[in-house]
Amino acid sequence: MPDSPTTAVSNPPVQEFVNNLGASDMISRSATGDLPPPARRLTEVAKLIDVSKCIGCKACQSACIEWNDTSPAIEDNVGIYMNPHDLTPEMFTLMRFSEWVNPETDNLEWLIRKDGCMHCTDPGCLKACPAPGAIVQYSNGIVDFVHENCIGCGYCVKGCPFNIPRISKTDHRAYKCTLCSDRVAVGQGPACAKACPTQAIVFGTKADMIKHAEGRITDLKSRGYANAGLYDPPGVGGTHVMYVLHHADKPHIYDGLPDNPKISAVVQTWKGVTKYVGLAAMSFAAAASVLHGVFAKPNRVAPEDDANAERLVGGGPEERT
Amino acid sequence: MSDVELEPGDALHPGKPVIVDRYRGATRLNHWVTAISLVLLALSGLSMFHPSLFFLTAIFGGGQATRTIHPWIGVVLFFSFLLLFLQFWRLNLWNRTDVEWVAHAKDLVSGHEEKMPEVGKYNAGQKFIFWSMSILISILIVTGIMIWDEYFFDLTSIEVKRFAVLIHAVAAVIIILVWILHVYAGIWVRGSINSMITGSVSGGWAWRHHRKWLKRLAAKPANRGGPA
Ligand code: SF4
Repeated sequence: MPDSPTTAVSNPPVQEFVNNLGASDMISRSATGDLPPPARRLTEVAKLIDVSKCIGCKACQSACIEWNDTSPAIEDNVGIYMNPHDLTPEMFTLMRFSEWVNPETDNLEWLIRKDGCMHCTDPGCLKACPAPGAIVQYSNGIVDFVHENCIGCGYCVKGCPFNIPRISKTDHRAYKCTLCSDRVAVGQGPACAKACPTQAIVFGTKADMIKHAEGRITDLKSRGYANAGLYDPPGVGGTHVMYVLHHADKPHIYDGLPDNPKISAVVQTWKGVTKYVGLAAMSFAAAASVLHGVFAKPNRVAPEDDANAERLVGGGPEERT
Repeated sequence: MSDVELEPGDALHPGKPVIVDRYRGATRLNHWVTAISLVLLALSGLSMFHPSLFFLTAIFGGGQATRTIHPWIGVVLFFSFLLLFLQFWRLNLWNRTDVEWVAHAKDLVSGHEEKMPEVGKYNAGQKFIFWSMSILISILIVTGIMIWDEYFFDLTSIEVKRFAVLIHAVAAVIIILVWILHVYAGIWVRGSINSMITGSVSGGWAWRHHRKWLKRLAAKPANRGGPA
């Protein structure tokens, strides 16, 4: 029995399946320095989204809503297919539609990208999060939010290079795609992958997904997409949601997919040197002043000072005038 | 000129010993509201600053409560400090004596305060604390609003918020250092804390640390209250 499901296509197992993704599989945990090393290493999984195969039907969005039992507000049509207007605390994945004129062919290309958490190997959200255990990363690559530990500060929003987490205005907790960790834990693939009618979304081990992508890329290249490629950005250590892009040389045309995402240097400074040097400086200052207070001679008023003051002030107001 | 060297409420009570009123009741209350806010802000802020201090959230009733209340305390601190600022800024303007005072800072630490220039109501060290607090609180309120996502998320971009949160953290560390200096100085210079509790200091204290201020008070009969 494999440690994680290797496809979302097969039907769910009918036999009893125990939760196979637990605390002992965590490889990092927000604001926790002393996480015990995991007992075992799960095979890394990944979701592969083939942009060239997507027809924009939003079955994945519906499946996501269904499985996660969210209720995104019904919004107005503003002239494009994208709905809701953005990722929200109730909408963990979103089809982003962009119309792009290919300067080489002068063709209008309708680019559709399924946006959502990329499950980075080096997750900026987790790095930024101040609440112990509000964000965890499992050895199979899934980065998950643990809502009961979340304090709603929004630091993850600042840490994320992909602008994914959303803070709920109702319960003040952060939400995003879980890669269906609860399904994966019991041997099923993500709901979106299961629902996709064209298999533009596939799920399996990361190695298999890379191999699958290679086949797709070869096919796209043979059809004239010379720059077709895999999006698995190294700046964040690779991701566990990957794209096959027909224009992999310019990810930004897919509604602002970052060309070279990495955790912002500002966030690194904040969560690195500032945190350590800051704490050290404050502790040192506090300790030094306590020591000085205990051992050094205080600055006390001498009897002459009082006498001088009395001499200066004199007996009463009249004397001075 | 002389009026500028005193603050309302400063008064002299001749006698043995001489007593000098330094801060009015309203000013003291204002100071302590500011002080308590600053301490609460430091505790709640530190809990979100370093994982080893996250346990401090328990004081405020958990992480969610800490995150909710921290910015509101910041608002209280800002307005409370603003009132202090309006009372204190004139006498904290930098002047030539301050330059000289700083040059003699060694004498202060080594216990030779008599070699230092006579100063008015505030010495250069106190002025440094005052202006540091003023500048840092301004930075903290501005960057704090920029990361107060519950109400101001749409005000700035995420990229700007990253800078805001970094600057907020650095300014907070510095203000805590300044605060430690402030509290430490208040304790090390015996008799100072009284000025913020009862409002007055002894004549000897004023003579030793703020002689120009004492002389100014003594020179004007109007500044004299009854015998203490
Ligand atoms: S909002 Fe929640 S998950 Fe995000 S950084 Fe804050 S505590 Fe962590």
